[in-house]
Amino acid sequence: MGTKTIENIEGQFEMFQILNENGEIVNKEAMPELSDEQLQELMHRMVYTRILDQRSISLNRQGRLGFYAPTAGQEASQLGSQYALDKEDWILPGYRDVPQIIWHGLPLYKAFLFSRGHYVGNQADGLNVLSPQIIIGAQITQTAGVALGLKKKGKKNVAITYTGDGGASQGDFYEGMNFAGAYAAPAIFVVQNNRFAISVPVEKQSAAKTIAQKAVAAGIQGVQVDGMDVLAVYKAVTDARERAINGEGPTLIETMTYRYGPHTMAGDDPTRYRSEDLDSEWEKKDPIVRFRKYLESKDLWNEEKENEVVDKAKAEIKAAIKQADETPKQKVTDLISHMYEELPYNLREQYEQYSAKESK
Amino acid sequence: MAQMTMIQAITDAMRTELKNDENVLVFGEDVGQNGGVFRATEGLQKEFGEDRVFDTPLAESGIGGMAIGLALTGFRPVPEVQFFGFVYEVMDAISGQMARLRYRSGGSFHAPITVRSPFGGGVKTPELHADSLEGLMAQQPGLKVVIPSNPYDAKGLLISAIRDNDPVIFLEHMKLYRSFRQEVPEEEYTIEIGKAEVKREGSDITIVTYGAMVQASLKAAEELEKDGISAEVIDLRTVSPLDIDTIIASVEKTNRAIVVQEAQKQAGIAANVVAEINDRAILSLEAPVLRVTAPDTVFAFSAAEDVWLPDHTDIIEKATQVVKF
Repeated sequence: MGTKTIENIEGQFEMFQILNENGEIVNKEAMPELSDEQLQELMHRMVYTRILDQRSISLNRQGRLGFYAPTAGQEASQLGSQYALDKEDWILPGYRDVPQIIWHGLPLYKAFLFSRGHYVGNQADGLNVLSPQIIIGAQITQTAGVALGLKKKGKKNVAITYTGDGGASQGDFYEGMNFAGAYAAPAIFVVQNNRFAISVPVEKQSAAKTIAQKAVAAGIQGVQVDGMDVLAVYKAVTDARERAINGEGPTLIETMTYRYGPHTMAGDDPTRYRSEDLDSEWEKKDPIVRFRKYLESKDLWNEEKENEVVDKAKAEIKAAIKQADETPKQKVTDLISHMYEELPYNLREQYEQYSAKESK
Repeated sequence: MAQMTMIQAITDAMRTELKNDENVLVFGEDVGQNGGVFRATEGLQKEFGEDRVFDTPLAESGIGGMAIGLALTGFRPVPEVQFFGFVYEVMDAISGQMARLRYRSGGSFHAPITVRSPFGGGVKTPELHADSLEGLMAQQPGLKVVIPSNPYDAKGLLISAIRDNDPVIFLEHMKLYRSFRQEVPEEEYTIEIGKAEVKREGSDITIVTYGAMVQASLKAAEELEKDGISAEVIDLRTVSPLDIDTIIASVEKTNRAIVVQEAQKQAGIAANVVAEINDRAILSLEAPVLRVTAPDTVFAFSAAEDVWLPDHTDIIEKATQVVKF
């Protein structure tokens, strides 16, 4: 007899789903307690964010926005998880996770300024949000720290962070989960598994069949969720949050999702690594389509309501772009001012130089 | 006043700030129960409890990232990187993250973090323990880099570092930990970050140095005196930002300078000091500014360490060369 090894870990990580792709409740006992207004609000946010994505792509193509990572397809993962948070909870986003921080309170024009590479877009205005992290996984160890800090301060709040399937390969992913687990810190680690890290498929990231099972090694809770099902995502985060603030430690949540668009608007061509069949397979699972069906069946949604959201989104986006345009131009002296609390001699000199240069 | 070694002064500084500010947290590998591998945190966990002084999992990147998260929630973290050669494991958390937090957030957040770490040659460590990597840190905007050369400065500088609202890399030379004792006040005091100290006045040449090379430079200055060369010795104490006024005032007086560092020659602090002197005092110079450094190899394997590290004889030789130029 050979050495005994553990088998079928992934078998214990069956995908958690409440609403199937036909808009039917398939897991009634898991249904979260949400009022009709809250259900409508979730739909509102998803539709709004889909429009925001379409407009952002178009504005990027016109040269009116800069760096942009498309979000369509991931609305349930992004917004269902954010909706489960308290206003005082912390969000440490990855670069695609702009919608969550907008719905956590970041003004839309600031999201546009972030895209344009203007520092005002990164100012938090007293919100518990960091600007989107560019280094994959760096925010995960920071999340463990924020969570530990919340615990030490006796706050009943959590820190949530987001990364993708590629991010789950980073050392910082393991370190962050392991630290948070070791201190039973109230952290929630969301991995939006959209199947591709730019072009590399998730199957090439790891021999692990699920990302959720990576929680096992850290000794923390892990769950795989249908990331196109906003109710399942909301419920999973609500439960994780409850455990976290009760001192039961962190949770890893893998949301199975898909990004319809390219990795970013900087020249990525998904046809080089994804098939049309795969695209259409995932479009059938669309989070908005299924939730619309569900709400329509309950008489909570209709075309008129949807059009109202679309019009509202378009008007607000237009106003936010205008506000972004009207923000004072960024100066090198602004950058210098934010290097230290008190400037050292070299930056004091350079401040004077650039002040003269920029006043010309 | 008590006689203290540098390591005792460092412990005393942390004790002082743990007492002064409930948001100060001290953590790292082996810093809790064990009091640190050099005993820098000896007794602190017992005195302040596991909530304030605690062990971490063995992962430097995690330690750095956690420090940032704790800072975001209002703490004043003092993480230890067990040996500074391990900094490569935490480079992103330091240079990519904490150094940029104030900048990136447009001033919304800041990182009042003091990363303490032992470094420095002469104690025969295995590889990647003793490397002088202050130049690497000094190239990162957003950080301050402090290197004390004696027990008195170590306490005053570490208290300042912990109170600073920007990240400070606080490097402790292992050879200096227990090599000598000094009078160190038991009460609190601070030494301003960014201020050098003229350790010895002289009129013929300025020796700009820091860390363990301060002792070597003072020894060299004594020998040079016998040859009729009066050397002024400046201990930078903070290598980033430099105390440019003290350096330039001295060079304008002596008209000659050398810069001494234990690190390799390429890039680094000494190169920066030379460039600053050339930028600001070229017309005062009667000779080129030269450097005394280790050679440009990876830090020496311990069996070659004694020859590899610069010492007072190298300083005497270089100073004489500059004076006789």
